[in-house]
Amino acid sequence: MDNKKSSFGNMVLTLFLVTVLSSTLLGVVFELTSQPIESALLYKRTLAFDIVLPEFDNEPIKEEYQANIDNNLFKFYPGKKGNEIVGIAVETMAMGYGGEIKLIVGFLPDGTISKVAVLEHKETAGLGDKIIKSKSDWSIQFEGKNPANFKLSVIKDGGDVDAITASTITSRAYCEALQRAYSAFMKGGKK
Amino acid sequence: MNQLKNFSKGFIKENPVFVLFLGLCPTLGTTNSAINGISMGLATTFVLVMSNFVISLIARLIPNKVRIPAYIVIIASFVTIVDLLMKAFMNTPGVNFEPSLYDQLGIFIPLIVVNCIVLGRAEAFASKNNVVTSLIDGIGIGFGFTFALFLLGSVREILGSGSIFNLKFIQGDGILLFVSPPGAFLALGFLIMLMNKLSQKIS
Repeated sequence: MDNKKSSFGNMVLTLFLVTVLSSTLLGVVFELTSQPIESALLYKRTLAFDIVLPEFDNEPIKEEYQANIDNNLFKFYPGKKGNEIVGIAVETMAMGYGGEIKLIVGFLPDGTISKVAVLEHKETAGLGDKIIKSKSDWSIQFEGKNPANFKLSVIKDGGDVDAITASTITSRAYCEALQRAYSAFMKGGKK
Repeated sequence: MNQLKNFSKGFIKENPVFVLFLGLCPTLGTTNSAINGISMGLATTFVLVMSNFVISLIARLIPNKVRIPAYIVIIASFVTIVDLLMKAFMNTPGVNFEPSLYDQLGIFIPLIVVNCIVLGRAEAFASKNNVVTSLIDGIGIGFGFTFALFLLGSVREILGSGSIFNLKFIQGDGILLFVSPPGAFLALGFLIMLMNKLSQKIS
């Protein structure tokens, strides 16, 4: 091996060139992908609204409004048909077993939960990830329930929610997130 | 013939997971289903091939004392490229809002940087061999890694979720232990035993 000599000048020059070339390459790739990344995230949101809200014909993402409720900032996305609000999607989160669980909850104007979609979660595969609809039917029990007469906590804690077997912490967090969304919706989300 | 051997060694003889025991963190972490295993394997293969290619090209220009930092910068750049590409093009959730591939592999993609297979091949192979040989080595080892992850992912998905490639073939849950981390160790242990038996028979 006849590598270049490890003199100080050589080493500085090599590392300089390697880092400059790498960062140039990264800059180019970043520029190329920034547009697709943004549209992928936007698509994800839009898809979530399609799932959690009843049929609507506006663009909820463009009518986003925020409200500060109990020192937390909540984002609301109204779904409208014609000029009438058919439902409002609320972004909410709670700490689960593996990290934050982020949900989008669709409420009908009277506070009834329409549907829920999981935006992000880090729950255990095979156990806590049953909060996702494609994994299990567990989350269907919330659809069409009004938290005014459906207590959002697991049966063990005296509520009405049937917890996921072996994932009580996840179930509690899911309920907490829904409860937060509901109270935010009642206290200031309704328009 | 020689290049063929160079390519195929990654599958059995020098399989990074079953024989060399390198890169076990992503191996255990991402293989709870077959498709996750394959995707992680292919992402690693891309980084491995690109870094082997570049490093074999420029190895002679890098002074010995700074070669490791230089390699790490090169590897990290390719990992970031994979991360950005996956975020852009594999980030679409399914119709029922199943999490996208990028969401599922999430934290493991940046960790390819510290996967010892990649640096190991750069240091032990690419820096000492020509471009073509290094490329083939990268592809071979990468596919061997993908093969191992696919095998482990399939076993865990079949036993743990009762499905393969998300197609359910039994109702209800499988043996939940196998989708959780302890199951990864168990499944890997038994697979290594089988692979050892197999390679003994071959030789």
